[in-house]
Amino acid sequence: MSRLSEERVATAKEIIGRFPRRKSALIPLLHLAQEQDGYVAQDAMVHIAELLDLAPAEVYGTASFYEMFKFHPVGKYCINICTNISCQLVGAWNLLHHAEERLGIKSGGTTQDGLFTIEDVECIAACTEAPALQVNYRYRYKVTPESFDALINDLESGKLTGEVPPHGTLASVRQTTTAAWSNRGVEEQAQVDAR
Amino acid sequence: MTDTAAPKTTVSLTVDGRSVEATPGDLLITACERSGSFVPHFCYHPRMSPVGMCRQCIVEVEGPRGKSLVVSCMTPVADGQVVSTTSEPAKRAQEGVLELLLANHPLDCPVCDKGGECPLQDQAFSHGPGESRYVEEKRHYEKPIPISDLVFLDRERCILCDRCTRFAGEVAGDPLISFTSRGNNTQVMTFPDEPFSSYFSGNTVQICPVGALTSSAYRFKARPWDLEQVESTCTTCSVGCRTVVQSSRDELVRYQGVDVESVNWGWLCDRGRFNFESVNSRNRVHSPLMRKDGTLVETTWSTALDAAGRILRTVLNDKGPDAVSIIGGARGTNEDAFAWAQLADSLGVTARDAQLGDGLPAEVFALPQATIAEACASPTVILLAPDLKEELPVLYLRLRDAAEKRTTRIIEVSPRATGLSRYAWKSVRHDPGDQPRVVSELLSDRDVVDQLSRGNVTVVMGRGNLAESPEFTLLATGAVLAAVPTARVLPVVRRGNVRGAVTAGMTPQRPDADTNAILSSIAAGKVECLVLVGADPLSDVPDADLVRRAFASVKHVIAVDTFVTESVRHAEVVLPASAYGEKVGTTTNCEGRVSDVAQKITTAGTARPDWMIAAELALELGVDLGISSYPELRDTMTSSIAAFAPAADAKAVRGEGVLMAQSAPIRITATPRSAAPRLTHQFRLHVSRVMYDRAVATNESPSLAPLAREAAVHMNSGDAQRLGVRDGASVRLSSNGSAVVLPLAIDDAVARGVVSVPFNQHGSDIRQLIRHDVAVTDVVVEVI
Repeated sequence: MSRLSEERVATAKEIIGRFPRRKSALIPLLHLAQEQDGYVAQDAMVHIAELLDLAPAEVYGTASFYEMFKFHPVGKYCINICTNISCQLVGAWNLLHHAEERLGIKSGGTTQDGLFTIEDVECIAACTEAPALQVNYRYRYKVTPESFDALINDLESGKLTGEVPPHGTLASVRQTTTAAWSNRGVEEQAQVDAR
Repeated sequence: MTDTAAPKTTVSLTVDGRSVEATPGDLLITACERSGSFVPHFCYHPRMSPVGMCRQCIVEVEGPRGKSLVVSCMTPVADGQVVSTTSEPAKRAQEGVLELLLANHPLDCPVCDKGGECPLQDQAFSHGPGESRYVEEKRHYEKPIPISDLVFLDRERCILCDRCTRFAGEVAGDPLISFTSRGNNTQVMTFPDEPFSSYFSGNTVQICPVGALTSSAYRFKARPWDLEQVESTCTTCSVGCRTVVQSSRDELVRYQGVDVESVNWGWLCDRGRFNFESVNSRNRVHSPLMRKDGTLVETTWSTALDAAGRILRTVLNDKGPDAVSIIGGARGTNEDAFAWAQLADSLGVTARDAQLGDGLPAEVFALPQATIAEACASPTVILLAPDLKEELPVLYLRLRDAAEKRTTRIIEVSPRATGLSRYAWKSVRHDPGDQPRVVSELLSDRDVVDQLSRGNVTVVMGRGNLAESPEFTLLATGAVLAAVPTARVLPVVRRGNVRGAVTAGMTPQRPDADTNAILSSIAAGKVECLVLVGADPLSDVPDADLVRRAFASVKHVIAVDTFVTESVRHAEVVLPASAYGEKVGTTTNCEGRVSDVAQKITTAGTARPDWMIAAELALELGVDLGISSYPELRDTMTSSIAAFAPAADAKAVRGEGVLMAQSAPIRITATPRSAAPRLTHQFRLHVSRVMYDRAVATNESPSLAPLAREAAVHMNSGDAQRLGVRDGASVRLSSNGSAVVLPLAIDDAVARGVVSVPFNQHGSDIRQLIRHDVAVTDVVVEVI
C-alpha cells in the first residue's frame, strides 16, 4: 500500500551504506517494509527498487523467494501451525481444524478484525515438542485445542503484547548500528567502481 | 636451470577420442562443440554468461581424481582432460535430466508455435529417454498471458532456463522479468502492472529454447516446416543488423537475428524485428497512380512513366536541370541510389539529397572512421549523439556491453540523459548549441586527459537534436580530433542506408543543394519539379514551415514509394516501389559496411525496385543508363565508385559483409564556438526521435503502431516547480512566431533550462517551432 516513511528511508540509507554494493541491502530493506505495513506492499517494492537502483521486478523476484515476506495484508498475529510428519502424528490436523473453527477462517485466511491469520506450514524444527505452532515466529509447544484457545484469549486481551509484537516487527536487537559502523561500505564501493 | 616458460596460451584435451586445442578459460561445452561433438543444452547461450541452470549439458570427464560427471557449460577446459559426451554414465545423466525437464512440460507440441524448431523437442528425440515414468498431474497455469504488448508467456511450457531473464538483465539492461517464487512454483514474471516493455523483447522469443515465449506478430502464423528463409540485412536503421527473412505462402512472417561478430551478435531491436508487417500491409501502393480530378487513381506503368517523363522533359526543356530536384534514396539499396544518381547525372540534376535536413553533413563520412567493433574496443568512447537506445538500438547494446565489461569508458555530452547515461563514466548535460564549449572544457579536465591517454578514442557522433544546427556537433567533434589526433569517428545517422545513398551519389553535387536548400528553392519558385524517391519530407524534415511552404508552391511532384505518405499525396504521378524483402541489393551501415539484402517474396502488385524505375524513366527521357539487370547494375556500381570496389565480389557482401574503401580522411579546421546563451526566461528546445513514432514502417505494422505515444514537453522538475506547473498540465511553447500546445511531462533526465519533445509522435507537431536557418531554438513556455 505505501512507500517507506521518511524515518524508514533514513534507516534504509544507513543500511545501504554498510554494503559495498547497494543491492546487498535488498533483504534488510524488505524487512523494513514489512515492519511498516505488516506485509511488503507493492509501492514499497517500487520504493526499494528506487533506493537500490534496481528494477521492481528484481525486488519482487527476490522477495517472493521467501515465504516469510507477505505480499497481502495479514493479521496482527500470524499463526503458523506445523502439519509436517511429527506434528501430524500427534494431532496437528485436529489442531488446525480446531483453529479454523475457533477463528472462523480457513488456513491462509485472516479474521475480519484483522487480528489473526492462520497458515499450515511445513516442519518448523520442533519435532520433539509436537504438535507445535508459531505466533509471529514465537514458538508454542505441545499445543492442544485448549491451550490454543487460551493463546487466542491472551493475544486478544493484550496479555502477550510485550512478548509477541505485531507481525513484521524486527527483532529487538534492531538492524541499526552505531555511527562508527555506518557508511563502512562506501570506500569499498569506490574500489568496486574502479575495477 | 631457469624456468622461462610463459603462461600457457593453449590447453590440450581429448573429446570423444579426438584431441582438441582450447584457450584457457574456454568452457568445456564450446571445446566439445568445436571438436564436432554436440552437447545437448538449453540454458547455455554463447552471448550470455553461463549459469548451469538446466543441467542438460552433462558430460563425463576423466581428470586426476578419476571420472566424474560435470556440467560442461560451467566447467572450464583444463590440460589433459579426457571428455566423453556419449559414455554410458553421461548418456544416462542426459536422459535423466531430460525426463525431469519434461515432467511438467505440457507436450502440447501440435499446437505450439515452436514445434518443429524447438530445442526441447529436438533434444527430447536425440538425447531423451524415449518415455517418461512420470504419471502424476502436471503443473497448471493460465496460458498464455501477455507480459508485454509484443510477447506472450506460457508458464506451463517454461523449463526455467534463465535465458530470457538473463537476456533482459545482462544484455538489454531492462531487468523487467525475473524468476519469482520458489521450488515447484518458480515462474518467470514481471512486476505487477509493469510489463516487459523492453525495446529488445523479441530476442527473448528467439532464444527461448521451448515455446514458452511467443510474439504477437508470429503466433499461429506459420509452421517452421512451411517457412522459407534467406539471410539478409535489416535496413530499418543504420546499424545494419544481419537477419534471416522468413516467409510462408509468399508473405513475410518473421525476422530472426543472425549472429555476426562485427555487428549485431544475433540481437535485433523490436522495431526492426516486427516491422515486416508493414511490407504485408494492405495500404501498400500496388500499381502506379496518377492524379485525376484531384485524386490519385490507378493506372498502368506505361501511362505513368509516360506522364512522369513528360513532366520532367517539359521542366528540363523550359527551365533547365536546376529546376528539378531529387530527395531520397536512403530507404533503398546502394544500387537503387546509384541508379537514381546516374539518372540525375545524365539529366544534369545536381540538387539531390538522401538526407532530409535531419542528418549530418556528408563530410562526416570522410573523417577518420571507426567501426562498431573498434568503437566497442576503444578505452574511451565520446558520445555526441542522439539517444542510441531509441535510434540505433543494437549499437546501444554493443556499447552498453563494452561499458559493462569495463573495457570501455563512455563520456557522454548531451542535453538530456539517454539510455546509455547510467553506463557512462561521465555524462554531462548542456544547453543545445553549447556542446563545443562543454566538450572543449572537458578536454582540459585532468581526469579526462588522463583517460584519453589510455588508448584509442572513438567519437560516436550523430544528430542529437533536430532543433539545433548540426554544426555544433561537428565543431565539438573537431575539438576532440584536434586534441586527440588519433581519435576516430563513428558517424551515426538514423535512416537505414543514408551512407550507401550518399556514397552512391545521392548527395548535393554543388553547395546549397541539400534538402533544406531544395525546399527553399521550391518555395521561391526556382525549382518546379520535385522527385521523391522513398522520402516523405512533410513528415520528416524538421522545419515544418519550410516544407509546408514548399509543398504549397511546388508545380510537379513525382513520387516513388511503397505507401501514399503525406508527401506522396501531393504527387501527380506515383510509381510503386518494391519494399524490403521484395528486392535484391546491398546496403551500407553507419560504419560503411556493405552487406546484401535479399529477396524472399514476390513484390506487391506491379511494384518495381527503385533502380528499375530509374532506368525506365531514363529511357522515357531518351537516356540509356546501360542497366538492364541487377548483376549488370551491381558491376557498373562497384567498378565506377571506388568506395564500393570491395563489394564487387558477391561472396564478400554475405555474412559479415565488407567495409567500404576509405579515401584519405579530411580534417575539421573550423574553430569551436558555441551559440549565444539563451535568455533566462526562455528554454532551449531539444527534439529527438524515439523508438516508436509515426514512421511509415512502424505505423503500418499492427503490432508496433499502438506503441507510439502522445507527444509531451519533457521538463526538469526544478524548472516545473519554478513555473508552478504540474505534470500533465497543458503548456504552450512559442518560438519563431509559431506556437504549439502540448501536455507537460516532468522528467529529470532533461537538463535545467532545456525542454525536450519527441519527434513525430501523436499530438501537436513540435516541428512548427523549428527553423532550418536558426542555429538553436529558444522557446517561451507558458502555462495555460
